[in-house]
Amino acid sequence: MASREEIKFLSNPNIGKSNKKYCRFRKYGIKHIDYKDPDFLLQFINEQGKILPRRITGNSLKYQKKVAVAIKRARHLALLPYVTDLLK
Amino acid sequence: MHNYEVTFIVDPVLSGDEIKATEKTYSNLLKDEGCNIVHLDEMGLKQLTYPINKRSSGIYYCIEFNGTPAGATIPKMELAFRRDERIMRFLTIKLDKYGIKYNDDKRNGLIGKSKKAKKADEKEKVAAKVAPVKAAPAAAKAEAPKAEATAEDLTKIEGIGPKIADALNKGGVTTFAGLAGMDAQAVRDILDKAESNFAAHDPATWPQQADLAANGKWDELKTLQDELDGGKVVSSEEE
Repeated sequence: MASREEIKFLSNPNIGKSNKKYCRFRKYGIKHIDYKDPDFLLQFINEQGKILPRRITGNSLKYQKKVAVAIKRARHLALLPYVTDLLK
Repeated sequence: MHNYEVTFIVDPVLSGDEIKATEKTYSNLLKDEGCNIVHLDEMGLKQLTYPINKRSSGIYYCIEFNGTPAGATIPKMELAFRRDERIMRFLTIKLDKYGIKYNDDKRNGLIGKSKKAKKADEKEKVAAKVAPVKAAPAAAKAEAPKAEATAEDLTKIEGIGPKIADALNKGGVTTFAGLAGMDAQAVRDILDKAESNFAAHDPATWPQQADLAANGKWDELKTLQDELDGGKVVSSEEE
C-alpha cells in the first residue's frame, strides 16, 4: 500500500484548506512599529507603494492603524515612495 | 515629562564640517532649552526614494530627547528647521512607552541584528564543526589579499584611474587613510610633479571620498559618487 506522500493527485489536495491569517504584532508581541525601518514596512505595501488592506495582511485593527501611520511617516522622510512602480 | 524624537535630513552637498555644524546647532538648541538629549543617531547618507529640492540623497540624523517644557521648545525648533536652508525635511514625534523601550532595545542591539547575528553564529558553528583545521588557514588566506586590495586600490575613488593611482603611489600616497589626511592642493602638487599631464583632473573631492573609503563606508561612498560627475562637484548654481 502506497503511503499518502507517494500518491500523485490529479489536483492539489491543499487547495481549499485555508491557512488562517493572524496578526503578527499580537502573535509576536511587537508593540512599537518603527517608521525608520523601511525594509520592515515593505511587507505592508504593494508594488505601487500603496498600503495593503487588513483583508490581506491579517493585522488587527489596532496595529493596522499603527502600520499606516508608520508608513506615512516613512513616506514623509523619503524612506518609502509615495507613488512608484515595480517596488518589489 | 515626555520623550520626543526628531528626525531630519541635511543637504548632502554641504561639506563634512558644515553638516556636523548643522547637527550641533540643533542639539545645542535643545540643550539650551533645558532638554535632556537621550541619544543622537547618525543614520548617515541615504538614497531618497523620491527627489527633494532636486537632491537624490540626504544625510539623516535622529535625536531622541526629553524635557518638561517641551510645549515651548518644539515649535521653536520646528520654526528654526523651516527657516534653515540646510535642512531638507524633518519630523518630530512623541514616543509612547513602547517607543522608548524600542529605541532603548535597539541601542543595546536587541532589535534588528538578532536574526543576522544568529545566522552568522550558526554558520560559524557549522564551519567549526565541519573543518576545524582547514577553516583557519583558509580564513587567513582570504583576509590577506583583502587587506592588500583595500590598502592599494585607489582607483575605487571616482576620478582616479590606474595611471593617477600609480602617480599617487610614487608620490607616497598608498592608502585611503593617507589620501584622506591630505587636502586637495597637496594632491594637486603630486599630480603636477608626475610625468603625465593630469591637469584636466580635479582632486577637490578625493580626500572626502578617501575618508569614506578608509572608514569602510562603501555604501555612502557609492551614493556620493552617484552625485558626482567624473569626480567633480556638480554645482547646483549652474542649473
